[in-house]
Amino acid sequence: MTLAGVFGPLGQVFVFVVGSAIVLSVITVLVAFLLRGTRTNVDLVQATLTILPQVIVDGLVRGFLFATIALGYTMVYGVLEFINFAHGEIFMVGAFSGAALGTVLAASGILNSIPPLLFVLIAVIVGMVVSGTLAMTIERVAYRPLRNAPRLVPLISAIGVSLLLQDGMRLIANVTGLGFNARFPTPNFGPPLQLAQIPTADGRTIPLILDVRALIFIAAATLMLIGLNYLVNATKMGTAIRAVAQDRPTASLMGINVNQIIALTFLIGGALGGAAGVLFGVRVGTVNPYIGFLPGLKAFTAAVLGGIGNIPGAMVGGIVLGFLEAFVASYLSLLTGGAFSGASYADIVAFAILILILIFRPSGLLGEAVAQKV
Amino acid sequence: MTLLELKDVHTYYGNIHALKGISLAVEKGEIVTLIGSNGAGKSTTLRTISGLLTPRHGEILLEGQRIDHLPAHEIVARGVLQAPEGRRIFPRLTVRENLEMGAYQRRDADGIQRDMERVFTLFPRLRERINQRGGTLSGGEQQMLAIGRALMGRPRVLLLDEPSMGLAPVLVEQIFNIIREINQQGTTILLVEQNARMALSIAHRGYVLETGRITLSGEGKSLLDNPKVKAAYLGEVGH
Repeated sequence: MTLAGVFGPLGQVFVFVVGSAIVLSVITVLVAFLLRGTRTNVDLVQATLTILPQVIVDGLVRGFLFATIALGYTMVYGVLEFINFAHGEIFMVGAFSGAALGTVLAASGILNSIPPLLFVLIAVIVGMVVSGTLAMTIERVAYRPLRNAPRLVPLISAIGVSLLLQDGMRLIANVTGLGFNARFPTPNFGPPLQLAQIPTADGRTIPLILDVRALIFIAAATLMLIGLNYLVNATKMGTAIRAVAQDRPTASLMGINVNQIIALTFLIGGALGGAAGVLFGVRVGTVNPYIGFLPGLKAFTAAVLGGIGNIPGAMVGGIVLGFLEAFVASYLSLLTGGAFSGASYADIVAFAILILILIFRPSGLLGEAVAQKV
Repeated sequence: MTLLELKDVHTYYGNIHALKGISLAVEKGEIVTLIGSNGAGKSTTLRTISGLLTPRHGEILLEGQRIDHLPAHEIVARGVLQAPEGRRIFPRLTVRENLEMGAYQRRDADGIQRDMERVFTLFPRLRERINQRGGTLSGGEQQMLAIGRALMGRPRVLLLDEPSMGLAPVLVEQIFNIIREINQQGTTILLVEQNARMALSIAHRGYVLETGRITLSGEGKSLLDNPKVKAAYLGEVGH
């Protein structure tokens, strides 16, 4: 339980954040440089560099979104070797709980008198409590009774829970008047921050702006990742979680209440998912009952990319996937002269990467070859 | 007084009748050994006491109180700790973290620290390896860690499952000397072993287990001299 145990993994994550941003930037600029002759109407290198800071911010936001959700998959996989396919919906329910809070506060007319940061803090806490409790309840009701069943059975149960939550939330949203596409009211965050003016070749300047909500997202996610690292690597409870993940029967021989630790793992993973849902809702402005599906699938991709069961791996996988998507979404169209519209290819790239990683490195970026349990 | 008692315990793996009515007693302060060949049910007996398996019939009593049907962590809370077969060190926890897990239910930080010092006095090698991952230790070091980890829970009765397994003879001797030392410091021990000669030489009493039944029992010394034991477990021809 040393500090090295906390900062080691965080350092690893930091290296991957900075490293993947630099590598992708260099590759993109290089490609732009090589292709610059193909275009006469724009200076490709200039255009690439101009939007680069925003692409990196966008990548960070996507990356932290995937990372916070991926942690829920990877922690549950770590202790149970089971993919909780309802986790995307836990994220969605968290987003809805934040939207409900915003709607109630807006209806009572006090929303805009709350400082935006305080609102986000309260909404995140509400989302964490709702989603954490939900995840724990799901484990108790839908997974624990099936713990000794063949492995496919809880998986089917998870898919069932996932559908139940989607359509259940749809019903609740309609009955309560939130609506299918519910607004996520927030206090006014004010205009985006102007960080700098970037001059272009023809004498104009392009402002380098940063959305306050993106900044909040990145800051909040960073805090959560640091907190989780501390919890898992520097507390007795965290050591118990790792012990249960490594050898469940022996953990119970140490006096660890294994069911309690598994419930705790769902609570933590669910709370992180709920917080991510609220932050996502704050940034996007609307939520619907199906928003959990794609981020959930991508976060699962990120967890596998980083090495499923490995906590820093989920963070790294999320960040790398987020950067990849942001770069593809922003640059594919620009660099191919519009032949490919980037945004719609981002998903293809994300899943192509998953397949490639699985072929060449089945245990993931940070995954270890763990000996088969006896 | 009787610390741990098994009365007619039957345990099943599915439909396989593994323990067919085990009765045994461990008095306070004793080393009691359970010897027998592979598959006789020695580990099953310990797993049943620890609550990893639930007996279908019979009673397990700790100081007269039933502990069968309790979940494993509550049996630990009552002072029954086990160093399991194959050591089962947490491979990706450090030596220190492994030891801390042995003391999982304790809240007395000072006492935990003192007991860790005690473990390091018994096994100086572990102090040298304190920040190393459990999985990187040698077999002997892992066995020391497994015993030390169980001691961290302040056991009233310590269950040891095959501590000699896979170790070089010189290490076996060392481990058994330490087991005796732990007992002399006041810990009651139930020791399961295939190495019958070693086990009987340090045990006050012993039981012989054959296919789920106890077939012989007696003082350690007398079992060592028993012709049946000699023939079956000590590799000597009767004379």
